[in-house]
Amino acid sequence: MPQSNQKKWPVAVPCWRQASGWRTALPFTVGSARKTNVFVLLILTVGFYATLSIAADENIDPGAEKENPILHIDHLLRTNWEENEVVPSPLATEGEWCRRVFLDIVGRIPTIDELDAFVKDKSSEKKVQLVDRLLSASYADSYTRNWENLWTTILIGRSGGTERNSRTNRQGMQIYLQEAFAENRPYDQMVQELISAQGISRLPSDAKDAEKFNGAVNFLAMKLGNDPNDADYGTQAAAKTSRIFLGLRVQCTQCHDHPFNRWKQNQFWELNAFFRQTVALRRFEGGRNIAFIELANQDFQGPTSEPEEAEIFYDKRNGVRMAAYPVFTDRSGATTELSRSGFLEDVDRRGELAKLLRQSGYLPVALVNRYWDHFFGYGFTQPFDDMGPHNAPSHPDLLEYLSQQFVASGYNLKQLIRWITLSESYALSSRFGIKNKIDDPSTGNPPLFSRFYPRQMRAEQLYDSLLTATRADKTGSSSVQQNEKRTKWLRQFVIAFGTDENDEASTFNGTIPQVLALFNGDLVRQATSTADGSFLEEVSQNTEINTRQKLNQLFRAALARNATAEERQWANKAFTESGAVTVALQDVWWVLLNTNEFILNH
Amino acid sequence: MARSLNRSRRHFLQHLSAGAAWAMPAAHFLSTLQSEAAELQKNQKSVILLWMGGGPATIDLWDLKPGSITGGPFTPINTSGDMQICEHLPKMAQQMHQMSIIRSMSTREADHTRGRYYMHTGFVPNPSVEHPSYGAVVAHQLEQTRENLEIPPFVSVGGNSAGPGFLGLAYAPFIVDSNGGIRDLETQTSAERWQARMQFLNQLESQFIRQQRGMAAGEHKKIIEKTNRLLTSPQMDAFQVSKESKKVQSTYGNTAFGRGCLMARRLVEAGVPFVEVDLGGWDTHNDNFNRLQTKLPEMDQAMAALVADLADRQLLDNVALLWMGEFGRTPRINGNTGRDHWARSWSAVVGGAGFNRGIAVGKTNTDGTEVETAPYASEDLMATVLQSIGISLETRFTSANGRPMKIAGGGRPIRELLA
Repeated sequence: MPQSNQKKWPVAVPCWRQASGWRTALPFTVGSARKTNVFVLLILTVGFYATLSIAADENIDPGAEKENPILHIDHLLRTNWEENEVVPSPLATEGEWCRRVFLDIVGRIPTIDELDAFVKDKSSEKKVQLVDRLLSASYADSYTRNWENLWTTILIGRSGGTERNSRTNRQGMQIYLQEAFAENRPYDQMVQELISAQGISRLPSDAKDAEKFNGAVNFLAMKLGNDPNDADYGTQAAAKTSRIFLGLRVQCTQCHDHPFNRWKQNQFWELNAFFRQTVALRRFEGGRNIAFIELANQDFQGPTSEPEEAEIFYDKRNGVRMAAYPVFTDRSGATTELSRSGFLEDVDRRGELAKLLRQSGYLPVALVNRYWDHFFGYGFTQPFDDMGPHNAPSHPDLLEYLSQQFVASGYNLKQLIRWITLSESYALSSRFGIKNKIDDPSTGNPPLFSRFYPRQMRAEQLYDSLLTATRADKTGSSSVQQNEKRTKWLRQFVIAFGTDENDEASTFNGTIPQVLALFNGDLVRQATSTADGSFLEEVSQNTEINTRQKLNQLFRAALARNATAEERQWANKAFTESGAVTVALQDVWWVLLNTNEFILNH
Repeated sequence: MARSLNRSRRHFLQHLSAGAAWAMPAAHFLSTLQSEAAELQKNQKSVILLWMGGGPATIDLWDLKPGSITGGPFTPINTSGDMQICEHLPKMAQQMHQMSIIRSMSTREADHTRGRYYMHTGFVPNPSVEHPSYGAVVAHQLEQTRENLEIPPFVSVGGNSAGPGFLGLAYAPFIVDSNGGIRDLETQTSAERWQARMQFLNQLESQFIRQQRGMAAGEHKKIIEKTNRLLTSPQMDAFQVSKESKKVQSTYGNTAFGRGCLMARRLVEAGVPFVEVDLGGWDTHNDNFNRLQTKLPEMDQAMAALVADLADRQLLDNVALLWMGEFGRTPRINGNTGRDHWARSWSAVVGGAGFNRGIAVGKTNTDGTEVETAPYASEDLMATVLQSIGISLETRFTSANGRPMKIAGGGRPIRELLA
């Protein structure tokens, strides 16, 4: 049980009142609003939603919204601070904010030029303008790559598709996600596509088969097999679908009712039943390794060969055998039963599931919690994908509100990012203030978001940051080659556990191997090279700036700020023996890349 | 050339480490080490955990049920201990006088992630606390007795372990592969330059920590210091299995697990208090018996070699051995000739150190579906292992939010093993 001296921290005992307070996130269930002002906002937002065109490209039109959700987010958080008697930390410096926003939206730190442009800008709207620019065509490549990366890991893990004979084609998955993020496809549409996908898993070499390719199949390809009559069929498909898209961890309900959330064993198997008309067929091209997977729907007979009533069986703990048919239980408790037939012409179970998920009350809530965790380091629940009465959110009103806004926006991910990154809370310093010392979730206290929580960069962010900082991405090798290099470098940090749950761990987690990689590894060696054409050589040979300015360039490139006078003295003292300025700069640059200030997103 | 570099670097680093420059501000977690510290100093104790990832079918290895319908095709054989084990573990059968089997393990986590966490920490996963695993606990308690240890006190060969939780990153498992490969050890910088860089790095890091932005900044600095010590230490040789004679290497077997076990022996000889060696692939939902037959020789050879080697070198009395996985497997054989996850009745194995050896603790019924004697959970096993090497069970940690945490989840030691 989380201990806390917070007044408002909801107790994590089953709180059925709270549970029944879960409303569907759809704005047109009028009875759902609890507070009058939220209700009013809802009407206004719905009204203006009707006038917004849901752009298929990434353009968001901030001017079209009269009522600004960002203000309401700020208001709700501020109210919470008052109730908890904390005063938020002061604002972060401009450099800190700029670095933060680059890391979180496009997955790398800003270059010196990008930083300088932002800091020198005198406009009072510059934060809004920077966020809008990062979400626009100007940064389309970085944005797409960053979010494709994140979602590939979410959907198939860091090691998915990398083992020999894997059913999943990692590149196929990436192609699908790149397309979706490049056009800012609505999230609910993506979910429907991922669940209902049919086709082959990899881009065929033969043009005539190209239309059968559907990268989205790679989500389910490694979670399904050949024989839907297997008792265990599709358990990973059900468990991961539930966890990723609904924010519910139901893995253990495969064998028994969940010990503390609401899920029952029958619900697990009722969800699992939706996947029984689908097979992931292995296709070979001469040779023993799988060439690709074909994810296809087919009639399901059921273990008793009665396709009109195609049940699946599971065993309760006491040994009693039970039957299950496809039933979806939504957040409100409402259930949807499909026809029991296993014939595709009667009902396409997976297609129906895709529609049900798309309309589910869980969908926006789970996504908002996940994205909040991405930007703030903590979601409204810990973990963010384990929601339910057993794990009450820290800010239920805010979660609810933001979910409703997200739906109203047409599940527009860039819009959600915009609201979050332009909030007051996201702009705060990571330093403790005088009156918010308790706001430290790393000690187990609930997050109040009255300061920014420093967290380590991910391995991908480190790689991309070093590449852009040292302009090594302009070396001229093809992007395919660059991608391969990057994937190879990243793989050193992944340990796959090899279980049927495809769980894995990362050793890029602040421990010795990571420090060794940054002390002595190839990547940093390249980044600190003084060879012709290198970043360091360019800085050091620049005749238009003096040594002090060169030092500042390095500091700005790594830490988004200039060196202080004291730091200059330290550097001078440490590196007086170095002789050539280039050597001293190399030392300084190496040190900067190894500091806590560099590796932390703060 | 290399040697003089090492010496001068170590010389500098000793200066650095002696100074307050590297001293960490008092962390807000602390443990109470009792007078055990003096005792522990006398004989350097260690633990080797053989982690069987996937959940091994212990009903086919250590607690066979040849009479029952679901007993499977393996037959039990006699051992040098009081009990019988699987016919496919002939080498271990000759070492069982050094080991004991706990046949009455009964736990409730039959999910890989939860099971791994629970068996490694003695606690069920909890959203508000991250508990430290065996390795972190042992490393933390015993590091006072290893002042000269320059390599990490918690080594994981294969990486399937669990983290240090609230004890902090300094006690995170140091992960190596069974070939002793550790990446990026070569600095390629002169000692003088390295020292200059470290000086500047230290100043910048300390400054950032003084800005009070939370724990992460300080954790980072601690790890930098540890990594530095590692880089120049001759104790790193302990990881090089190839330095052993060919004869010894072949006794353990030319397999990843064999090399891992040999590395574990070398590491405990060098003073590492906790080594975990991973052997995965036990998740036999299909084709259980064929897969076990293929797998058991590797395990048998390496494990038996380790026990014998430790005994030969007079180390066994100071090393606690622990063999287990996340859970066991069902007595029932499924439609794919496999066994599924089963936590209600399974076996773990211990050996060496202060354990009573050569016995089987606890019983299951004729078909292995129920424990008939007192059931034991992860925390009980953990308490037993810790006590076998003299770590006091009165120890209390304070987790990051100020909450007192019992060591080993408050488990009770298994009497039969420690009387």
